[in-house]
Amino acid sequence: MFSYFLKRIVQSVGVMLCVALLSFSLFNFVGDPINNMVGEETSTEERAELRETLGLNDPIHIQFGRFVANAIQFNFGKSYQLRRPVSELIAERMPATLELVIASSILALGFGVLLGVYTGINRTGILSNFILFVSLAGVSLPTFVIGILLIYIFAVILGILPSFGRGEVVQIGFWRTGLLTASGLKALILPSLTLSLFQMTYIIRLVRAEIVEILQTDYIKFARARGISNHSVYFGHALRNSLIPVVTIAGINIGTLVAFSIITETVFQWPGMGFLFIQAVKFVDIPIMSAYLVFIALVFVAINFIVDILYFLIDPRLRTKNENQDG
Amino acid sequence: MYLKKITSFMAVALLATIASTAQANTIKWSMKGDSLTLDPHEQNEGPTTMVSRQIYEALVTRGLDMSIEPQLATGWTIENPTTWVFTLRKGVTFHDGSPLTASDVVFSFNRAKSKTSDFKEYIDSVTSVEAVGADKVKLVTEGPNPILLNQISNIFVMSEAWSKANNSAVPGDFNADEKTFASSNANGTGPFKITLREQDTKTVFEKNDGWWGTVEHNLNRIELFPIANSATRVASLLSGEIDIVTDAPVQDLKRIDSSASHTVNSVEQMRTIFLGMDQGSAELRSSNIKGKNPLADKRVRQAFYQAIDIEAIKKKVMRGLSSPAGIITFPGVNGYTTDLDARLPYDPAASKKLLAEAGYDDGFDITLNCPNDRYVNDEAICTAVVGMLGKVGVKVNLFAQTKSTHFQDLKNGLSDFYMLGWGVPTLDSHYVFSFLYDSKGSWNKVGFNNARVDELIQTMVVEVDPGKRNAAIAEAWAIVKDDISYLPLHHQVISWAAKSNVDVPIRPNNEPLFRFATVN
Repeated sequence: MFSYFLKRIVQSVGVMLCVALLSFSLFNFVGDPINNMVGEETSTEERAELRETLGLNDPIHIQFGRFVANAIQFNFGKSYQLRRPVSELIAERMPATLELVIASSILALGFGVLLGVYTGINRTGILSNFILFVSLAGVSLPTFVIGILLIYIFAVILGILPSFGRGEVVQIGFWRTGLLTASGLKALILPSLTLSLFQMTYIIRLVRAEIVEILQTDYIKFARARGISNHSVYFGHALRNSLIPVVTIAGINIGTLVAFSIITETVFQWPGMGFLFIQAVKFVDIPIMSAYLVFIALVFVAINFIVDILYFLIDPRLRTKNENQDG
Repeated sequence: MYLKKITSFMAVALLATIASTAQANTIKWSMKGDSLTLDPHEQNEGPTTMVSRQIYEALVTRGLDMSIEPQLATGWTIENPTTWVFTLRKGVTFHDGSPLTASDVVFSFNRAKSKTSDFKEYIDSVTSVEAVGADKVKLVTEGPNPILLNQISNIFVMSEAWSKANNSAVPGDFNADEKTFASSNANGTGPFKITLREQDTKTVFEKNDGWWGTVEHNLNRIELFPIANSATRVASLLSGEIDIVTDAPVQDLKRIDSSASHTVNSVEQMRTIFLGMDQGSAELRSSNIKGKNPLADKRVRQAFYQAIDIEAIKKKVMRGLSSPAGIITFPGVNGYTTDLDARLPYDPAASKKLLAEAGYDDGFDITLNCPNDRYVNDEAICTAVVGMLGKVGVKVNLFAQTKSTHFQDLKNGLSDFYMLGWGVPTLDSHYVFSFLYDSKGSWNKVGFNNARVDELIQTMVVEVDPGKRNAAIAEAWAIVKDDISYLPLHHQVISWAAKSNVDVPIRPNNEPLFRFATVN
């Protein structure tokens, strides 16, 4: 158990170091950092001085070591454009992204499972076919098209939901939340729906396939033979067993949602980290770009690490195999 | 009992808010980008200055018609060609209630001249600033400076005591770890004050009741909501969530105008789009012609010029929203005349003949460098140019990229043939010449080098007699126009779209002045 744990940690650190190297190289290969910081008319002496004070004349490995040491404390320096510490900017934007991602995950899981079970049980119904047709559109249409479409319908034509922003927000400590006001909740509907649609359709199809498969297994036939009610068969036996892969996929996809939120946030002017990142790309604001890269990598690595550990705990086969290898 | 009290209090409060909103005139304003910082000396960038302009003021400013007017100074005298004395307006207070003094002005000029300021180039000719008594400020310039008033209209005045008390004595520094307070807070003398600031989300301006000027607007509040995505921006205007958009996308103007409750206003913007042709290098980097530079031959440059059907670009690419240009400057700039702005005729036959005379019967290859996110329809214009030059036998390869790398290539001298746009914030031709035509100009990337033009540029810098100075400007324009050093395309047109009951006068520098705005 312990050696497996240790191995996973070493692997995770390795991945993070690779990402750090990539993100560090941004500073040196996307144009001259000094050029990005100062105006056209800055003299050569001033440039040289700034270069020296920022430590850009040191050997590369020393600079990288310093970058990693700073990154561990989440210090990525100051944004070139906004001239504020990057860690502060990211911390300020994180609540918006997390609220959006959590709302989307709940929508995706809730509706995904519900509609998946329905279409799995009623395979030939008109409503089932309609749901599957819409879900096909959800998988194939790009996020920004869905976003604009929803804005057009609900904001321009019907005029019932806001087309951009977060509405009124309430500050609780460092966390700026939109969940406590009516306008904040209204503003959350369209972006979270847009972001969740891909996920949701994915889960619908996954649950449906699982249900269809499970309903043909022997133990369901036995259950029916024992005269257990339909309700109990579907929800007590079939659904529970179909959920294992769903939970796995949904867990891993939370990371994807954080990363995918870039597009949704841009369409809805949602002031989260993804929006900050897109603005940074336009200005070649490297400190923000590199910090975002490291942060997203950290989210993925952490989720994968937890999932790996959970597998180990859940799946006895993995456990024995590893112990055999160790022994 | 207690509960009853609370509910009655809430009812009163509710009534009060309803009553106040009934009278309150609010404009909800949107544009693509947000102000980068509230510090008025930190970033010389469009939206940033637009926001600063509503809350901060300068000694002099440009009015609605773009002419220079007194603002924090009531008048000025020129004691000798290098010494200016400004008399400050009496009774001006900052938003925090403290009075404006001469030492605030001195502090602000020194702050704007500091190393981390982005406005130091505007006043690099100013060698000393000092207070003379309580209400006069003396500026000494390095030599005679005929465009000083233009330049200082961009230098906003801050409170010395407030800046120092809030750790903001200099604009934000990359080396310092802490941010400056002034980047996210403001204390100006202007007609509006900031009451809420959330970067990229929402900025609220409220009417400054203590403002010194005559109030011509009827607003209580302005709310700025930047919306980066054009489609969303237009949708929120059409849905009524936004009152005015100051950068309406060209392709949506018809649709907005057809809405009964919206109007679109357009005006020629202070920016000319042109193509640079490297005539200074010995050999072009991207051409198949080796050992010589075809663009060094004026006939070739003229052939390029006459191959461009600018009216077609205006009609098809710009949807009518451009005005063809003959020089790289626009109406309203000192030195502009309509004669100079006339173009050589579009004539592909003449173009082919010129190429043949220059010895390029079969044309040649060249790469056109173009930004794809900087100017209105920039890449589409370049694509049209490629087709038009193709018709006269010049094979142009288009290389379109994002603005930051485009400008970097340009600054590093890697572009043979490129697109660039030029604005003139000082509204004087000298600005164009000093950057684009001076043999040492920092944006002269075509290698233009003419001793007489350099001499005339010097005259523009030091000559204080307007007659002689304007003669120098006219002569310089005649020389560069005849030489076809650049290929001018058109002046951009900007469009603002607003609800019909909202009136914000449109200005050619794209900068709204909400002190002239009304809501009916």
